[in-house]
Amino acid sequence: MSTLDIDTTLDTARILVCTGSGGVGKTTTAASLALRAAERGRRTVVLTIDPARRLAQSMGLSALDNTPRRVEGIDGSKGGSLDAMMLDMKRTFDDIVLAHAEPDKAQSILENPFYQALSSSFAGTQEYMAMEKLGQLKATGGYDLIVVDTPPTRSALDFLDAPERMTTFLDGRMIKILMAPAKAGGKAYLKVVSTGFNVFTSVISKIIGAQVLQDVSQFVAALETMFGGFRERAQATYDLLKAPGTAFVVVAAPERDALREAAYFVERLAEERMPLAGLVVNRVHRSGSAVLTVERSLAAAQALDESGGHEMPAAVLRLHAERMALAARERRLQERFTGAHPGVPVVEVAALPGDVHDLDGLRAVGADMAGGQAAAVPA
Amino acid sequence: MSDFPDVRLHVVTGKGGTGKTTVAASLALALAAGGKRVLLAEVEGRQGIAQLFDCPPLPYEERKVAVARGGGDVYALAIDPEDALLDYLHMFYKLSRTGVAARTLRRMGAIDFATTVAPGLRDVLLTGKVKEAAVRRDKSGRHAYDAVVLDAPPTGRIARFLNISHEVGGLAKVGPLKTQSDGVMAVLRSPATAVHLVTLLEEMPVQETIDGVAELQSVGLPVGGVVVNSVRVPLLHPADLLAAEQGSLDREALRAGLEKAGLDAPDHLVQALAAEATDHATRVALEERGRDALAGLDRPSYELPLLPDSVDLAGLYELAEMLKAQGLA
Repeated sequence: MSTLDIDTTLDTARILVCTGSGGVGKTTTAASLALRAAERGRRTVVLTIDPARRLAQSMGLSALDNTPRRVEGIDGSKGGSLDAMMLDMKRTFDDIVLAHAEPDKAQSILENPFYQALSSSFAGTQEYMAMEKLGQLKATGGYDLIVVDTPPTRSALDFLDAPERMTTFLDGRMIKILMAPAKAGGKAYLKVVSTGFNVFTSVISKIIGAQVLQDVSQFVAALETMFGGFRERAQATYDLLKAPGTAFVVVAAPERDALREAAYFVERLAEERMPLAGLVVNRVHRSGSAVLTVERSLAAAQALDESGGHEMPAAVLRLHAERMALAARERRLQERFTGAHPGVPVVEVAALPGDVHDLDGLRAVGADMAGGQAAAVPA
Repeated sequence: MSDFPDVRLHVVTGKGGTGKTTVAASLALALAAGGKRVLLAEVEGRQGIAQLFDCPPLPYEERKVAVARGGGDVYALAIDPEDALLDYLHMFYKLSRTGVAARTLRRMGAIDFATTVAPGLRDVLLTGKVKEAAVRRDKSGRHAYDAVVLDAPPTGRIARFLNISHEVGGLAKVGPLKTQSDGVMAVLRSPATAVHLVTLLEEMPVQETIDGVAELQSVGLPVGGVVVNSVRVPLLHPADLLAAEQGSLDREALRAGLEKAGLDAPDHLVQALAAEATDHATRVALEERGRDALAGLDRPSYELPLLPDSVDLAGLYELAEMLKAQGLA
């Protein structure tokens, strides 16, 4: 197992994408990495998706306003800075529409109930918009490093698949069929459509009602003017993920499901020829007294129980045994991952008793990832 | 004696990683115990139920997966939006599930289209199927299932997922979709439904649970119990816990105990063990605060222990007994 050299990654990357399944501490990892990079002298921005309230507050992100805000309280003596922002996916989508559609069409798209449903809850919109925002941040040229947190999905792969799914959807057969009436107009269109389409419209009308179908049809007709724009942008951002200077950090917890997702993601990155920096395993339990095995601690606790007295030491020994057993289980799970992916650099972050919600906490996590080093660049 | 004797539809939600599927499965086993018929349904395409019960991936078909203690059957169903749509068309429009129309719909991607362009529609189809199972009656007029347990989407999305009439309202003001969603909503809001929330005693899951309860209540959905999962028993006495939390655990007493048990007790070992006790005490204190915050919700709560290894079938039965003994089932 090789060790992930976090500081070198932070000093050289231009885009860092943190991915992993939900609930593994991805947002905290992204924030810690960004803070550390800033304190090592880089102009950094972190794009978070759905941070816990107190973590957001600690970075001064009280509002979801879709614009990077300066984070106060960081050590800028090396010339670095840290901005943070929270993604507002609907607003990002609206901006694309405004930028790409003709002005009169833009308004009718924004007002269409289907657009509203699509922009606020289509599965994948969040991922797609996160990528879009990444492209925008990159285009400003104002940052040395952009750290991206990815949306909390069950599967980390969704992040890579979303733009594709979105463009396929907007570009798809159904959209073309639905646009046919708007294009052909009046009776002429009745001649060109197939029986399949008749079945389709009659069934869809039955399910969702004729009014709804009409809304959809208007929506896609209005959208047509911007299809090209959508496709190009999605492609450009996808290419950005393969560009030199981009690195993925896969985040996991030492649990079966999280490590399995991490393995899928690592394999997928290899297929896509996307650069992997390494794996961060959060919440790892360690022991400073590993010489004392589970068996010896339990036997000693038992002996104390039998002799009477010494209740506190017996309880501490049992605690230690529990922790050693947990650590052993976590190690086995990790070995399964490293066995299958021996080339992937790994770094562990120790489990903390509570959640991280201030800059000091983020700094400590960053230092832990870097093997206990403070952020300062060694002389 | 169950705290929810009139509930036929148990919706189980929870933040990712809290063990929502495990709790839903245990609850299904608990409800089935003593000769009942229970359906356990999932809607997210994760095949989490099949993994837990160690059986092949579930089709869109109610299939028996387990026998409860003292007789009683648990059936499972993975609800897929595409199949639910065809099912719906079959039920209401007599459209054959395998006929030319259904094939055309599939081939043209119409189903994908209909369920993705309108996320509200997708949720109506999923909840509609669950509702149908919950109210279904057999030829003799008896309920087909004594209870239905839904392994639902996570806490962050649950109110939106269940509040379908709002989602659909924006899209369809009248028509069959509206009628269907109103019918589902009526059952979801009735006393026959309860939404249970699974949490851990950690800061974020507790906060999400509190937010989730408020959100559910604000849209008029019935909140059931709070299930606290993976509870660890504090091993130290309260006084020792307090001392450990403050970092002032009696090192000499610890050393004396270790030596009495025949262990070498050099300083670094004593310090390391004391540090582990401090970690433990800090966590216990945080858990206590989480418990207090949850108590403010004024909902019945249930606690399940952390099982030493990942949950297997035997573990599910064990958890089911605990849920039953505590009154969730």
